Amino acid sequence: MADDSTIEGRGPVTTLATPIRLDFDFTPGIAQSVFLRGLARGRFMGQRCPKCGKVYVPSRGSCPTDGVPTTEDVELANVGTVTTYCVVNVPFAGQSIEIPYICAQVLLDGANLSFMGLIQEIPTDEIRMGMRVEAVWVDEADLTPSLASVKYFRPSGEPDADYESYKEYL
Amino acid sequence: MSPAGRTVRPVSIASFAQMQNVRRDDEHNEVEMLMPVVAEVFGTIGITKDDVDFICSGSTDYLIGGPFSFVMALDAVGVWPPRAESHVEMDGAWALYEAWTLLQEGEVDAALVYSFGRSSLGDLREILTLQLDPYYLAPLWPDTVSLAALQARALIDSGKSSEAEFAAIAARSRKDALANPKAQVAGDRSVDELLRDEYVVSPLRRHALPPITDGAAAVVLAAGDKARQWSDKPVWITGFDHRMETHSLGARDLTSSPSTAKAAEVAGVHDGPVDVAEIHAPYAHQEVIVREALGLDDSVRINPSGGPLAANPMMSAGLIRIGEAAERIRSGQAGRAVAHATSGPCLQQNLVCVLEGA
Amino acid sequence: MAEHEALHASHVLEYPYSRSVGPVIGAFLTGLREGRLTGVRGAGGSVIVPPTEYDPTTGEDTGELVEVGPGGVVETWAWVEQPLPKQPLDHPFAWALIRLDGADTALLHVVDAGDPGSIATGDRVTVRFRPEADRVGSMADIEAFVPEGSA
Repeated sequence: MADDSTIEGRGPVTTLATPIRLDFDFTPGIAQSVFLRGLARGRFMGQRCPKCGKVYVPSRGSCPTDGVPTTEDVELANVGTVTTYCVVNVPFAGQSIEIPYICAQVLLDGANLSFMGLIQEIPTDEIRMGMRVEAVWVDEADLTPSLASVKYFRPSGEPDADYESYKEYL
Repeated sequence: MSPAGRTVRPVSIASFAQMQNVRRDDEHNEVEMLMPVVAEVFGTIGITKDDVDFICSGSTDYLIGGPFSFVMALDAVGVWPPRAESHVEMDGAWALYEAWTLLQEGEVDAALVYSFGRSSLGDLREILTLQLDPYYLAPLWPDTVSLAALQARALIDSGKSSEAEFAAIAARSRKDALANPKAQVAGDRSVDELLRDEYVVSPLRRHALPPITDGAAAVVLAAGDKARQWSDKPVWITGFDHRMETHSLGARDLTSSPSTAKAAEVAGVHDGPVDVAEIHAPYAHQEVIVREALGLDDSVRINPSGGPLAANPMMSAGLIRIGEAAERIRSGQAGRAVAHATSGPCLQQNLVCVLEGA
Repeated sequence: MAEHEALHASHVLEYPYSRSVGPVIGAFLTGLREGRLTGVRGAGGSVIVPPTEYDPTTGEDTGELVEVGPGGVVETWAWVEQPLPKQPLDHPFAWALIRLDGADTALLHVVDAGDPGSIATGDRVTVRFRPEADRVGSMADIEAFVPEGSA
């Protein structure tokens, strides 16, 4: 609980450590569980809005535009398009990846919502919007219902996607 | 603006819905919990999200341990095209107050108010400690039941109440809850039987505590033409106020609730007879304190829904009091009703809403 | 498990907050570290314990620091038969609001009374500090209050 200033013989107390730890038994709900179970099988699972037809991955169980339940499960492709990206050069607490690395928004084929992914197997100065990428999964024995099942995305070798095809997802 | 607390522009509780109150909803995330409630509150009066101009919600992220869960919860409504929206880290009754204020100003004609909370995921007694002063109180982890018990002892010592009265309040509440299909705890047990319950923190026995509840609730507020269009028998808010007291427990008289009394005065509780009061007193003894502060005599029907001793969904139990009071008027059981909501330890903050039929 | 059932996982939330305490709370905590109890005089002359920068009732600035205690009176109490893990004592105890000698408001802490028959409203209690070497300038520097005469 003490900091330097509270040790006997130092000046008056100026700070107080008040650590908090709370334990939860968390449930992500039905829709997100569909997504997580998919990851444990090496698949991206999304859900479709019955009203506007958009496919969300992951889905939280509703269409955020229409506010109606997304009940139809949709399996998405293993490939997608980098809609935007950044190159991380700054170290921070808890960082597990060697810098610099690329953090990108990936729009999987068939999805109407991009999500964040790590891009590897490419020099950081070669990443670009529209690049086609594919997911690289951990070994089958190591698959879990967690995003840790996706090691990273890497270039798929396909020609870049046309800007028109992803401009609405920026 | 009007004199504080009094209505300048009539606003009605057009619709109310609540989730089935349960000890633990094991299946749903917040969005999935809320969606049916939001669908019902709109569906009952045949409107959609596009018919409301403002959305205000009440919740606290500590309950599920996930930051900004209120932002994700908006997915349950659907906020496209972009919507006017606000959030309070308070019970939904305070979210309703914010929406009411906006309607008073004439900026909007209809609003959706909702609240939600899953108390089952963590240790609620610990989590509520985080609402306390972080220097002098929280480091000792005085849990919410213990603080309520300090208040209950002070009330007994003052001669204003007794353990037997706490048991009588609990017995009445759980018996009334038998008629409330959304209640979590209901039953018919005698005072003598209840007085044999064990103490959780003395002098509070098990029955004097609220249940731990997962729940959600929603209200549609409407003004002007929409109020009459959406209901043949609108229930009007005629007075509304909320007040708070110091967080220093040792500087308060825990046996009275001056903030409730002030809010009641400003909201005009005493301007007419009160048929029904829905009181958000999570601990049985707190009903005694709030009833006195509201100045209600024995003729007033208290908590016909069973009140928070029958279901106490954090962040929604206050909003539900307003919804339940409105339903009593809509059903013709009451002409004028008072709803109360509280927040903070030992009734620190209190809100009073006066409702009347046409 | 069926596809449309929810998963579960344990989830831990930790915040290592460190707060600056300012001159008034700081004086109280420094006092605790030195084995003293401190109050502050409010605008109306009343003594507020634990001290705040403002009068909790009127919001006015508070003034000089004054020493209070070490004894006081139990204003109300609640008996805990089963302490929660993070609470100050791991055996049955009473929470109490204690009005220290010289104070006009009450301080929340625990009373190590042994059994619920050994404490009542109006009883006199006195502070039991942790050993000096263990005191860091926090509420936990007070190990507990104890019935007067038993210290």
